[in-house]
Amino acid sequence: MEYTLFILLFPLASFLIVGLLSNKLSHKASGLIGTTSLTVVTLLSYYTAWAYFTTQKIDGVYQSLTVLNTTWLRVGANLHIDMGILLDPISVMMLVVISTVSLMVHIYSLGYMKGEVGFQRYYSFLSLFTFSMMGLVLATNIFQMYIFWELVGVSSYLLIGFYYTKPAAIAASKKAFIVTRFADMFFLIGILVLSYFTQTFDFGILMSGDASIFSSAIGSSFLGASALVWAMALIFIGGAGKSAMFPLHIWLPDAMEGPTPVSALIHAATMVVAGVYLVARLFPIYIGFTPEVLHGIAYVGAFTSLFAAIIAIAQTDIKRVLAFSTISQIGFMMVALGVSKLEGHEGLGYMSSMFHLFTHAMFKALLFLGAGSIIHAVHSNEMKDMGGLRKYMPVTHWTFLIACLAIAGIPPFSGFVSKDEILTAAFHFSNGMGIWMTVTAGLTAFYMFRLYYNIFWGKATNYTQIPHESPVSMTFPLVFLAIPTVLGGFIPFGHFVTADRADYTIHLDWTIATVSIVLAVVGIIIATVLYRKPSDVPNRIANSIRGFHQAAYHRFYIDEIYLFITKKIIFNCVSRPLAWFDRHIVDGFINGLASATDWVSIRIRGFQSGEIQWYAYVFLFGTLLITALLLFI
Amino acid sequence: MGEFLINAGGPIPMIGFQIVSLIMFFAGIYGFFTRRNLIMILISVELILNAVDINFAVFNRYLYPDQMEGLFFALFGIAIAACETAVAIAIIINVYRNFGNADVDNIKHLKG
Repeated sequence: MEYTLFILLFPLASFLIVGLLSNKLSHKASGLIGTTSLTVVTLLSYYTAWAYFTTQKIDGVYQSLTVLNTTWLRVGANLHIDMGILLDPISVMMLVVISTVSLMVHIYSLGYMKGEVGFQRYYSFLSLFTFSMMGLVLATNIFQMYIFWELVGVSSYLLIGFYYTKPAAIAASKKAFIVTRFADMFFLIGILVLSYFTQTFDFGILMSGDASIFSSAIGSSFLGASALVWAMALIFIGGAGKSAMFPLHIWLPDAMEGPTPVSALIHAATMVVAGVYLVARLFPIYIGFTPEVLHGIAYVGAFTSLFAAIIAIAQTDIKRVLAFSTISQIGFMMVALGVSKLEGHEGLGYMSSMFHLFTHAMFKALLFLGAGSIIHAVHSNEMKDMGGLRKYMPVTHWTFLIACLAIAGIPPFSGFVSKDEILTAAFHFSNGMGIWMTVTAGLTAFYMFRLYYNIFWGKATNYTQIPHESPVSMTFPLVFLAIPTVLGGFIPFGHFVTADRADYTIHLDWTIATVSIVLAVVGIIIATVLYRKPSDVPNRIANSIRGFHQAAYHRFYIDEIYLFITKKIIFNCVSRPLAWFDRHIVDGFINGLASATDWVSIRIRGFQSGEIQWYAYVFLFGTLLITALLLFI
Repeated sequence: MGEFLINAGGPIPMIGFQIVSLIMFFAGIYGFFTRRNLIMILISVELILNAVDINFAVFNRYLYPDQMEGLFFALFGIAIAACETAVAIAIIINVYRNFGNADVDNIKHLKG
């Protein structure tokens, strides 16, 4: 299956071609190059998935397949960094997700970005991102993964800051880069600790289940926890940064400043689930050796999902609502991984997490692309500028509704099945966790339908320009993504991706399913009552819990806390004294040297009179003096 | 000292050459210090160099007659002196062009 290399090479090639020739190529040509190469990649990915899932099963267990591996860099005697391609169920599943969403975004952008300045730049960055993301999921070792991890961070930075004349976009791109980079620092430290003790980066060796390679890491402890626990916790912090887990989620809502298709691709479907993918990738280590870290992951995910869901209710910018819903859904995936065990039915969480990753990528990309279509029509992100759009934009309306039903967990849409599996896994773990996540799922239904009604129903805004349905290049991806959103739940996902890679047949637990459906329906009904027709009830409710509503609207002041910590505490108490030390002590010493030299040279420059004969006199008498000294002493 | 100087008939003693060389050397030093004209200073320098060349030849001839290093060194010195004169004359011509005379005191204007 060496052809999988082309999955990486095609986007790289189109990045280089479109990027380097951006002045020469027309908008149309660069769009076509990017989209064509992505089409090839998508077909290759589908073929790879088909070939992998049909041939690589031995004794009912999918085998990992290292298609390609070359030593890239040697570090010391045993340690080497490789570059290669690893195929296993989750990486193949990610290939399908990334290529599908990326292709749809490429097609969609042909319409959405039409006529924008920097169209070629946009397409080259999209290709760069696709290349990096593919490299990330196909990595054979954790260091290769880290390299591509940083590359997706860079592409995300470049695309968020695409409108570089807009100060908000620049600030958002910097924020995203700095926050994720800060988390990646922990990731890197974690990698180094792990590889220092195990003497390998390779996933194959780390996953082999051989306890002896971890013995030294478990043996040495630091601050009351073993080195392995530290390493795995640090690696998770890296994943939490990319996946916008509390308290590192602050960059994701701001990242919505980028073009909407970018939000759909990077900040909803692919890059932000890299953290989930990372945990899933290292799952055998987490479950086998550091279950306490895994539980920590579950609690972080659970808190984040409810926290983000509450904030999503109070937001008025439609992309922000979707951003917080993304954070909340990633929380679901983290919870599912955190509560999972390895074998059979106990490994349900792992399977459901990957399943939810898959379905979420589809319906959330659909939601974002739908939001892009709406923004394209009304030229605003704010709910107050929308309303009654269902008459003007039928395709967008129906696909958006399907995606809302899917994320709310209404059967038979895809989100229902995957979310229900997560809830079942959570109830297996503990009742508290199950109830917590069920409530969050109910909130999800409420805020999504609040969004839906505010956009498509509600008051009929007097539009200065009558909104119209988007061009085919934009509605086609919506319709295409609606297909997996509707039918995704029927995929026998347990046959493809499970924790122990053996077959698992999904059984819906109807008690839990009924409760979650009822809650979702209640959420939808409340939203219908409140927002379907214009009324002042929502405002009255908001006023009655004014303090809480304001706090949620301001995202519980987490950004302000960050600003307080960085500006007031770190800048004032650490940076400023250090800057003073640098200015006055370090620079002062060097300046002192310079002025001392200056002072001395002014005093002695009279010696250099320029009168040659005077020099000669001095020279002669000096010689005589030395001679005399040598002779008489 | 008298018997060295009045020594008619025999070969000229070494000290005789050295006295000539000494006189030339200090004449050169004196000229170098007291003259203001660059040409005269250059001539003084040539005197000093020639005095040294004489010394080389004399020491070689009298002390180590079967070796040739001193003579070669004298030749070498002459060649260097010729080069140095060429450079010095070029500089002096430029000084003359710039200042209208070849007075050594002018050159201190060149300092920074």
